Amino acid sequence: MLRFAARRVLLLVPILIGLSILVFLFVRALPGGPETALLGENATPERVAQVRELYGLDRPVYEQYVSYVQSVLSLDFGTSITTRQPVVEEIARRFPGTVELTVTAMIIAVAVGIPLGFVAARRYGSWVDNLSTAGSLLGIAIPVFALGYLLKYFFAIKLGWFPTQGREGSLMFRNEHPTGFYVLDGIVTGNPEAAVDALRHLILPALALATIPLAFITRITRASVLEVTGEDYVRTAEAKGMTRSVITRRHILRNAMLPIVTVVGLQTGLLLSGAVLTETVFAFDGIGRFLAQAVFARDFPVIQAGILFLAVIFVLVNLLVDLSYGLLDPRVRTR
Amino acid sequence: MSLSGAEAQETVLTQSEEARGGLVRDAFRRLRRSPQAIVGATLVLLFVLVAVFAPLLAPYSPTAQDLSQVRPGQFPGPSAEHLLGLDQLGRDELSRIIYGARYSLIIGVVSVTIGATVGMALGLLAGAFGGWVDGLVMRAADIMLAVPSLLLAIGIAALLGRSITSVMIAIGVVNIPVFARLLRGAMLSQRESDYALASRSLGVTKGRVVLKHVFPNSLAPVIVQATLALATAITEAAGLAFLGLGSPDPSIPEWGRMLAETNAYLASEPLLALWPGLAIVISVLGFYLLGEALREALDPKLRR
Amino acid sequence: MTAPGTTVADAVPGAGAGTPLLEVRDLRVTFSSRGRRPVKAVDGVSLDVAAGSTVGIVGESGSGKSVTSLAALGLLGKRGVSISGSVRFDGEDLLGMPEAELRALRGREIAMVFQDPMSSLNPVLSVGRQITEILERHRGLKGQDARDRAAELLVSVGIGDAVRRLKSYPHQLSGGMRQRVMIAMALACEPRLLIADEPTTALDVTISAQILELLRELVVGSQTALVLITHDLGVVAGLCDQVHVMYSGRIVESAPRRPLFADPQHPYTTGLLASVPRLDQARGVPLLPIPGSPSDTLPWAEGCAFAPRCSRQVPECLGAPPALLPARGAAGGPHLVRCVNPVQDGS
Repeated sequence: MLRFAARRVLLLVPILIGLSILVFLFVRALPGGPETALLGENATPERVAQVRELYGLDRPVYEQYVSYVQSVLSLDFGTSITTRQPVVEEIARRFPGTVELTVTAMIIAVAVGIPLGFVAARRYGSWVDNLSTAGSLLGIAIPVFALGYLLKYFFAIKLGWFPTQGREGSLMFRNEHPTGFYVLDGIVTGNPEAAVDALRHLILPALALATIPLAFITRITRASVLEVTGEDYVRTAEAKGMTRSVITRRHILRNAMLPIVTVVGLQTGLLLSGAVLTETVFAFDGIGRFLAQAVFARDFPVIQAGILFLAVIFVLVNLLVDLSYGLLDPRVRTR
Repeated sequence: MSLSGAEAQETVLTQSEEARGGLVRDAFRRLRRSPQAIVGATLVLLFVLVAVFAPLLAPYSPTAQDLSQVRPGQFPGPSAEHLLGLDQLGRDELSRIIYGARYSLIIGVVSVTIGATVGMALGLLAGAFGGWVDGLVMRAADIMLAVPSLLLAIGIAALLGRSITSVMIAIGVVNIPVFARLLRGAMLSQRESDYALASRSLGVTKGRVVLKHVFPNSLAPVIVQATLALATAITEAAGLAFLGLGSPDPSIPEWGRMLAETNAYLASEPLLALWPGLAIVISVLGFYLLGEALREALDPKLRR
Repeated sequence: MTAPGTTVADAVPGAGAGTPLLEVRDLRVTFSSRGRRPVKAVDGVSLDVAAGSTVGIVGESGSGKSVTSLAALGLLGKRGVSISGSVRFDGEDLLGMPEAELRALRGREIAMVFQDPMSSLNPVLSVGRQITEILERHRGLKGQDARDRAAELLVSVGIGDAVRRLKSYPHQLSGGMRQRVMIAMALACEPRLLIADEPTTALDVTISAQILELLRELVVGSQTALVLITHDLGVVAGLCDQVHVMYSGRIVESAPRRPLFADPQHPYTTGLLASVPRLDQARGVPLLPIPGSPSDTLPWAEGCAFAPRCSRQVPECLGAPPALLPARGAAGGPHLVRCVNPVQDGS
């Protein structure tokens, strides 16, 4: 297992190098070059010359790349053109919100999707099965932002059950945020009201964000359980007289989990980009909305850093999936 | 499909063509019997017809304003004259939805065409030459696939500036590694197939085998992927437009932007958010259903 | 020859003395799926298996031999399957038995070994876990006790370095080893009946000989009765006291081993024998395959199902199904055959 894990981690190196080159070239492909990226499009020629000097933009490209990698490794992503703050601080401040949202969405998707897919497979052809198949089709087809509006209209505007936007209520300005995860902050600071308030702000965007992974998890669980149920080793377990619950847990689910884990991991990574849209709909102050605003304002230091940051997280999540695959499947681990 | 004695005697070279012809025939037979395929094809057809005949179908021009009826925060809803009501600028919502289909279809088709042709060309190179060409193409694909697709599209579109062309290029580029990988994989498995080995052993040149047999037989998954990619392209284009990355011209009716614009009026005019949302769902669902049905119909493992 | 294993069908006598361990009477299994014609996979099978005996069931694929055993153990599932007749194990009705009781019986009293040991073993559980779980379930053995017993079982099926092997996963073992593990699992609770369904079909010839030898050592002569299901008469020849030949869901010939090989009377049995290569045959004698395929059958209601492929077909073959009757000159035990024009003198 250790060797397997080490190999997987090593395989990351070329991907990360590739990513850094991609993002490095990204701003250089801009009309006007990296100077525009750093200063915005309306900079004076003097400022441009200053910046060229400062960042060594007159040096050869490979030297520029090396210094780019050095600054990335020292967490220097430059300064946001719109907020005039270091990009790394802006991202760090908003990251917990996005994590909170993504994790809540994934919890919803997994907690509903796996049981639903399982029941649909065990009652193949029943109304539960047909309903879950139709539902997951719809979940895949509906764009997150359209669903976001729908939820916002019904549950926030019409019924008033949840707030329409933001991460916390306007009366909560005195809340302390030691961790940045607002629900957690409410709990640690002994302020249950704040925790509930933060949770209420999370529900609707998390639901909107959860639909696509929910749909895919339901589908793959159903397909995987159906396939595994027909395997010879399940018949062997039946012939051994194992109880139904042992057969379900130890023989069916353990094998069916392999593709499910892959989809959960892949979808977790994709949620991060889905958050760009959901956070915008609900004015939820996370990385996604920050990135969307940066895109609108053509704030390239933020766009560049945001893409690199989210892509690296995506790659790391995929690494976790690979590693858990090794834990679940001895054929992968010991090959 | 069992081979009779006479069929078995036919040369190996025609086998690949036979398999293909049979596969296509089989696929059509199974598509006709699949309710999923019929619903999907109907929705797709509806979508394409609406897009093509938009000028005939739309009761008004998508840009004509009827400001006499619109007051701030209060727009007339559905009526006999305006079936889906008027939008915030007094334009006929139905006509805008109908014209929006045009933009969705054009963006979808052009971006998938870009992704599929460039991707297939690269996949063909990688699959046919192997070696360092293969290594280079596939590593580049790995790196691009390491970025979530919407994020990559956002980045590219932001880079190119606000326009429909940049949306098409962004979504097209995102699709390149998918098609490259797919075609290469299919070609590798076809290259090891019995008829390809047999043709090679009969002295047919490698290039000819690849072009005449390996490549055509690898196309089935590409067709499936292209259909599914159309569904994704429509969603992503709407997402980019929603973020303000589409055309800067407000008169152009893009579904994604129409949705974004209703944010301010959501409380009073929820229907204006519903129509473009519904239009996106219907068109995406059509391509998705058709793609899944094609996948099942073209899967040789399911042939019986 | 003392084998009391006997077929009772079509009001034919021949049951041995005492209650048999397994008693199958007029078992019928029909598969039906929407839009297709129902398939009668087993069409009235009756047979007895005496305690400690060894019985072979032989037939081509599709003859219903595997379905018979799966139906008896309730392993066929419920959707689109209808089962009638009776299956009694030690006097108790298995078909009507409550699910929980049947589960308690399977693996403890009746065990099975399947055809493909690769797909029949769970790929994500260690071999040890797959053996200890059955000991846990039926014997209440846990932890180290269960592991010790599992290691003993592996040794008993001829797997060396057993303690280390317990930690192996199925994909790390050879085909023969996997089948040994399956046998160890099946024998873990010393069942009274072991059903081996084509246990050697997926294995190489030399390995399959070893597995058969292992079955002989462990089962033949022990308290465990063995039902060996196979398409290969050669497998049966070395192992079984009593042989039932099945065709299209019915038993067509049933005899103790010796008379079956010395004096086969059903044309299908002779056909099977003629298609097996034999060392004692002169060179140049061609192997004679049975013409046609198992799909060229007649429904039993319209006559003998084998008639369309039979070289000895006479007009009486059609019309009414032939009964399973005592064979001509049935010496050396009960010999039954379902044929109106049986083969003379083994020709």
